[in-house]
Amino acid sequence: MSLDLKFTYTEKKDTRSGFGDGFLEAGRKNPNIVGLCADLIGSLKMGAFQKEFPDRFFQTGIAEANMIGLAAGMTIGGKIPFAGTFANFATGRVYDQIRQSVAYSDKNVKICASHAGLTLGEDGATHQILEDLGMMKMLPHMTVINPCDYNQTKAATLAIAEHEGPVYLRFGRPSWPIFTPADQKFEIGKAWKMIDGKDVTIFATGHLVWEAVVAEAMLREEGIHAEVINIHTIKPLDEEAIMESVKKTGCAVSAEEHQINGGLGDSIAQTLSRHNPAPLEYVGVNDSFGESGTPTQLLEKYGLNAENIVKAAKKALARK
Amino acid sequence: MEKQSIEQLQKICTQLRRDVLRMVHAVQSGHPGAPLGCAEFFVSLYFDILRHDPNFNMDGKDEDLFFLSNGHLSAGWYSVLARSGYFPVEELKTFRKINSRLQGHPATEEGLPGIRVASGSLGQGLSVALGAAQAKKLNGDDKLVYILLGDGELQEGQVWEAAMYAAHYGVDNLIATIDYNGQQIDGPTEKVMDLKNLKAKWEAFGWEVNEIKDGNNLEAVLEGLKKAKSLSGKGKPVMNLLYTEMGYGVDFMVGTHKWHGSPPSDEQLADALGQLEETLGDY
Repeated sequence: MSLDLKFTYTEKKDTRSGFGDGFLEAGRKNPNIVGLCADLIGSLKMGAFQKEFPDRFFQTGIAEANMIGLAAGMTIGGKIPFAGTFANFATGRVYDQIRQSVAYSDKNVKICASHAGLTLGEDGATHQILEDLGMMKMLPHMTVINPCDYNQTKAATLAIAEHEGPVYLRFGRPSWPIFTPADQKFEIGKAWKMIDGKDVTIFATGHLVWEAVVAEAMLREEGIHAEVINIHTIKPLDEEAIMESVKKTGCAVSAEEHQINGGLGDSIAQTLSRHNPAPLEYVGVNDSFGESGTPTQLLEKYGLNAENIVKAAKKALARK
Repeated sequence: MEKQSIEQLQKICTQLRRDVLRMVHAVQSGHPGAPLGCAEFFVSLYFDILRHDPNFNMDGKDEDLFFLSNGHLSAGWYSVLARSGYFPVEELKTFRKINSRLQGHPATEEGLPGIRVASGSLGQGLSVALGAAQAKKLNGDDKLVYILLGDGELQEGQVWEAAMYAAHYGVDNLIATIDYNGQQIDGPTEKVMDLKNLKAKWEAFGWEVNEIKDGNNLEAVLEGLKKAKSLSGKGKPVMNLLYTEMGYGVDFMVGTHKWHGSPPSDEQLADALGQLEETLGDY
């Protein structure tokens, strides 16, 4: 039995490639864009930019703290640095450097974080950061973006190049369905209502937007009409879109590849509780570390796939 | 800025020391010891060495830039910035007070002219200065980037990441200086965490090391900084080892870590000011 999906795909690709391709295109448009990477150029897909603009690219070696400081310094004189490494090393390892030299100093640095979340897979919990969105969204001045597929990541990369101010851009490693259009307009801070519904709203970010699209079709087979909203920008959060949808549906589910503590769901709960309290169920990692495994196995074991979104939606509905 | 005589510069040094002591005393908090020891450095830099414009702009294109990595020397830096025209000298009285642009540690958030990045959490400034120096190279800007670090600060690992990077990329438009006073909050550096042979360490990292043996002698500092400038542009980053005495200029403060982060009492302030001539007028 096949599902009647509202969004489909013919190709899969990693979101990090969307970043790499967007970075190259942004670099061609704007000569002030420079790149930095801490010994993960291949993994971050920054090699094409490095090859085309060797003078504007800086291999920093395995020294992320220095990389963040360098990026902050390069903005003085008008450069727009894109500093790339794994999400774990781009946040937790260098939190104070980001806090003081980038966020507090309000520098135009783009922190580009790959291999975020459980879907990093076999490398295990040391590398599977699930706390990065929380850490980054707590920083004043910081914009936090977590796109859902190759096309959206590419569009987001181009958009942050034109945005003035510090940005955290989070993407990942696994090959993932490309289900959003190549020519999409990416508006920072503007949620995208992908599927109209009336019974429950699913707010999803990153890879889990695809799981939400699948969950919507599964719910529809049971006569439940879910609204799916793609929250690519965690901060600033599109509170208006959230309130408008929940006003209609009366309950919601948040879905993210991140700890429940401090994640997107927390931000949505804050919005709801301030303006119009409504039942909210969380799909996310429940206060635990990850482990080695394939992305699919991990999303299943930690309760982050479409089946879990369906369960959460029904739970939210029952609480209305 | 018109060059001033040694006598004039000396007068600015005593005024800077007075400013620092009065600022820290007024709010009964802050760090007097290290800025007293760096008065000659600050004054040499801002009144002679730097090619800079007190009409501040963040990008600082075609200007020499200065970064303060050991941000707790803020009182000294604010004094020299005010005295060289970045903002009104009067504003020094707001130091560390609510609604001030003169934060406890330097910050950009309130828009204080002269500050290009926040500092205070140690170990980060050298990386930022290197980035700014590389941006200058990318922009075809031949001016220099200066930075001051504390010696205790060298215990932070990030400094050595930056040290390695600077030599690897031959960032030779950067002139760093270590305030080598041998003191930190908990005591002498050799007791807290011995730095051992700093000259050998920086040379081993691929830097050109320039020792300024008497960092509280104005002429020696000026000469040392001019030499450092002559060493720039030759493929290596330049490091000045500036031997200073913490608390210099006040007999009961000199040479001890005890005044790292303690303000003087009313009596101690009077005693200290009695040793430092008011030359440019107190704020």
